[in-house]
Amino acid sequence: MSYFLTQLANGLSYGLILGLIAVGFVIVFTSTGVLNFAHGSVLLTGAYLVAVLHDPIGFWAAVVVGIAGAALLGVLINAVLVRNLAEANPGTAAILMLGVDILLLTELTRRIGNRVLPIGAPWGADVVTLGGVTLPTSRAVAAGLAVLVFGLLWFLFARTGFGVAMRAAAADGDTASLMGIRLSRTGAAGWALAGALAAIAGIFLASFPAPGVAPALAISAFAAIPAWVLGGFDSVVGAIVGGLIIGVVTALAVGYETQLHFLGRGLGEVVPYAVMILVLLVRPSGLFGREEAVRA
Amino acid sequence: MPEIRRRLPVVAAALLAAALPFLLDDFWLQTGLFTMAAVVGAIGLTLLVGVAGQLSLGHASFAALGAYTYAWAVGETDGRAAGIGLPPVLGLVLAGVVAAVAGALFSPISGRLRGIYLGLATIGLVFLARHLMVNLQGATGGFVGRSVEPFSVPGFSFSNNDPDYLAVAGVQFEGLHRLWYLFLGVVLLAAWLGRNVKASRTGRALANVRDSETAAASTGIHVARAKATAFVISSAYAGVAGALMALAYGRIAPDLFGLQLSIDFLVMIVLGGLGSIAGAAAGAAFVVILPLVLTQYSSDLPFLASPGSGGLDAATLARLLYGAAIVAVLLFLRGGLAGAAGRLRRRRALPDPDDPPPAPPPPAGTGASPSAPHPDVPTRSKETSS
Repeated sequence: MSYFLTQLANGLSYGLILGLIAVGFVIVFTSTGVLNFAHGSVLLTGAYLVAVLHDPIGFWAAVVVGIAGAALLGVLINAVLVRNLAEANPGTAAILMLGVDILLLTELTRRIGNRVLPIGAPWGADVVTLGGVTLPTSRAVAAGLAVLVFGLLWFLFARTGFGVAMRAAAADGDTASLMGIRLSRTGAAGWALAGALAAIAGIFLASFPAPGVAPALAISAFAAIPAWVLGGFDSVVGAIVGGLIIGVVTALAVGYETQLHFLGRGLGEVVPYAVMILVLLVRPSGLFGREEAVRA
Repeated sequence: MPEIRRRLPVVAAALLAAALPFLLDDFWLQTGLFTMAAVVGAIGLTLLVGVAGQLSLGHASFAALGAYTYAWAVGETDGRAAGIGLPPVLGLVLAGVVAAVAGALFSPISGRLRGIYLGLATIGLVFLARHLMVNLQGATGGFVGRSVEPFSVPGFSFSNNDPDYLAVAGVQFEGLHRLWYLFLGVVLLAAWLGRNVKASRTGRALANVRDSETAAASTGIHVARAKATAFVISSAYAGVAGALMALAYGRIAPDLFGLQLSIDFLVMIVLGGLGSIAGAAAGAAFVVILPLVLTQYSSDLPFLASPGSGGLDAATLARLLYGAAIVAVLLFLRGGLAGAAGRLRRRRALPDPDDPPPAPPPPAGTGASPSAPHPDVPTRSKETSS
């Protein structure tokens, strides 16, 4: 039983981290209509900044720089590239982001090489044990912080004027624009938020039990895509729930792999996508998506 | 004579491609084979993305299915992997058919999702396919993959033997030379079929669905069936492309068919110009040849560092140029290479009494007109949603 609970706790904490990434996908998509394939390299940029800077300026200062850097990178991608597309439509924007991802990832891979950079977090490789459930401290901190971040996001979107403006812009950009909402600002804010969330997720994905910052970290953002799709493409709540579902299912598939041997090795890599396809078969617009999630 | 003049570039390109094996060394022949395999896949994808407006990032999985189907159907059962020893021609056809069937099985999703939503959903296929490739060891050989029987027809093998020595005009025709013509034939067939699909009733229905599902439905087009059809056609192309890749490599493994291959296919058609078959071929050539050439000739480029030294090595430079090409085309070259070529041709051509004058481009914001104003003018790639 405690083995099951440990796996469950691991899955939930991992799911919350995936949720941070998936919410970034949702916010960029609803605020600017871009399917952000470069999210993984933005995440890696944030984690890389922390890994390089934690020695000279201290971990917490490096975290601030990493988050700000990733947010700034997102804003720049939007301002310099996305807004200057020759044909602005979701398809070309998505492919543009593939190109941006290749550029960023190639440069970061060149800088990192085949090293694994330690993230230098104060929680190191500690674990916490509570009632027979063992969890890496980094994951416990991640879970707590993710819940806090989601609370702040709720406050932003529900209780502040700017958040309401962002929601209006996402619901109907043209009308929002006529009401005096500056779409350039809500778009930039969306990219900045997504970049900051990605950097936070990146720091925890590079912490124990992972060895540190390596180029493969960028791939982990892909693991959040099933979470995003599962929740519906334009729902923040859906992205969080999707993250939790994917996190728990992945953790259980890995934890009980010996019993699930008949499904093949490496089950943890494929299970998120299998769940995604199964859900789409039943509900093509995801669990929380609007029936027709097309931005008209 | 506009008909002949329009066909001229295609005929010239085909003749040039037919002459190349007499001139090229093995490296370039091999590169050419990879390119032609990619061209087939890119044509299939451009029918889906460019004509029907549906995105797919899952084409690597259909290529993998085609490749392994060919290897399994043609191979003999040995200690490592199973096979049923069919004639290779049948294996090649089977590769396309099996991939098409798999594409049809995906139609509950491909018929209902639209545009980039389908693109996201199809990412799952790549990971599913990888899981199957690694775990169905009996048929696929697992991680290490399996070898692929060379192509042959009775009495003639597309490899270095049977006949052991074959020379045409003083050039010895080895496996690479022989495969070249097989691949060229498949490419021409694929391009011809693709062009016909585009111009057919089906193709126009797909373009209609792309421009507006509501309008298409109101003219009696079954939208879900049209989208699923486009996906099936495209999957069949990917399957054949996979079989050709298997022949060109001679050995296949799961790592060849990762997400990167899906992205490569997509980049090929975007660089070339969505919906354009010639553009797909040009894009495929660029994407395939660039890294191979930079790696092959890296020692001749003094500014390149050796791999692993942390400097700018050939593979890194190839990736950077690849990414930069995507960004540059999308920012500055509306309609990709095909779009640019069309604009250039229109600017240069003086009004010809035989040709109707080129229609002015529709004003910005109205989206693409469903029918091209002139057969020479490639349809402007569409707004996926407007």
